[in-house]
Amino acid sequence: MKRVILHSDLNNFYASVECLYRPELRSKPVAVGGDPEQRHGIVLAKNYLAKATGIKTGEALWQARQKCPGLVIVPPNFPLYLRYSRLARKIYADYTDQVESFGLDEAWLDVTGSHILGDGVQIADKIRERMKSELGVTVSVGVSWNKIFAKLGSDLKKPDATTVITRENYRSIVWPLPTEELLYVGRATKRKLYNHGITTISGIAGAEPTYLKSILGKWGEMLWAFANGLDASPVTRMGEESLVKSVGNSTTTPRDLVDEEDVSQVTYVLAESVAARLRESGLEANIIEIQVRDNELFSFTRQQKQLRATNLAGEIHDAALKIFKGSYDWERPIRSIGVRGCDLVIAGSQQPILFDDAQHSKLEKIETVVDDLRRRFGHFAVQRAALLNSDLNNINPKDDHIIHPVGPVGYLKG
Amino acid sequence: MEEYNNPSKVYVDVLAVFNQEGELRPLALKWEDGRRYPVDRVIDVRQAASLKAGGTGIRYTCKIRGKQTYLFFEEGRWWVERR
Repeated sequence: MKRVILHSDLNNFYASVECLYRPELRSKPVAVGGDPEQRHGIVLAKNYLAKATGIKTGEALWQARQKCPGLVIVPPNFPLYLRYSRLARKIYADYTDQVESFGLDEAWLDVTGSHILGDGVQIADKIRERMKSELGVTVSVGVSWNKIFAKLGSDLKKPDATTVITRENYRSIVWPLPTEELLYVGRATKRKLYNHGITTISGIAGAEPTYLKSILGKWGEMLWAFANGLDASPVTRMGEESLVKSVGNSTTTPRDLVDEEDVSQVTYVLAESVAARLRESGLEANIIEIQVRDNELFSFTRQQKQLRATNLAGEIHDAALKIFKGSYDWERPIRSIGVRGCDLVIAGSQQPILFDDAQHSKLEKIETVVDDLRRRFGHFAVQRAALLNSDLNNINPKDDHIIHPVGPVGYLKG
Repeated sequence: MEEYNNPSKVYVDVLAVFNQEGELRPLALKWEDGRRYPVDRVIDVRQAASLKAGGTGIRYTCKIRGKQTYLFFEEGRWWVERR
């Protein structure tokens, strides 16, 4: 079945909301920036008048002022933007339950099954109208059969426009664009491609996947597929809560770790914390990552996609240990180690794997009980037998942890 | 919302009722000068933005003294657009 995917992008989101709430600013160049009173602080968003002066998102406020002396800088009001983001999601929810937020201002919608409400373009146009009349802001919407082209489409015409990329027209619309218009082509990738004479998306599409792999690693093949419209990734049901992009814990251990048994024990402690935090947020991780630092401070990270998303300590531990065994040669003892769950999805949103599911749900029950016991009686009330005789077990990373959500700065986009 | 000082957005006191269906319905509003105006009829209720006042909320289209007036309910406060 041919998929119909929309990507909706709130135009100049923070700046648009500020201009709505401050009518006196609408005719002026406006930037939303942190700490305008301070000399530091950066441009988080700007309106079109500010954009016309060459101001870039992410640059320092003093630079922006130099480019545009009349620039009005207003402080960000995140609670208001969050409220707007939720209202926008409410509108999307009238057309499909498959909505994947990408930051506060962007979302993918799978409307394949929504034809009773109109085709992709009709739904896109309805959403645009409602954004204007109900929220007072505009969106640009891309319509395509995959997420990558839908996103690319939403960037092509702004503000308040619908762009359709079909199997018939993608070669003429998408392929002439510079490589960096493709999602995931950042500065480093762009430079590597450029060094090999690839400057447009058609250059990526026409290259041999193996050649791209030799330049970019596994990403090369992925980008080749994206450029050819072969992205089949689903729109996952994902809310603002997914603004937390990963959940991880690391610790510098009381003594250096010298063997696998040591690593296994510490990994258990970390995995329990990561798992408990994932469960608290109702999330599961598709990718498990480890970070290892040896006693000469050389460090590396390795990650691996899991067969099924998980938020269970046992599974996270096993995955982390497996990655570790495959990537460490014990040339030196280890000083610190970290475990992280990435590529988060809402718990239970994925198809279960039929066969090991009984085992999985049993583990799930056990770990939920442990969560509860620890909540009531403290972290050390229940411990893994594997840790009982260990001198490495007096770490409680969950309550010591620092959360690193991807804040608005993580989504700096035009 | 105190930081947005928009003269076209006039916050007002409103007398309202939650009816048995759980709907919120305004009955009367008190203008800045203290005068009270009964809401004669609510014609329409919907989520709507006001470019003039700057904001979005549940918009009640009301008949007040024979005139059609928008009354907005946003984040627990009522406001009208200054004419």
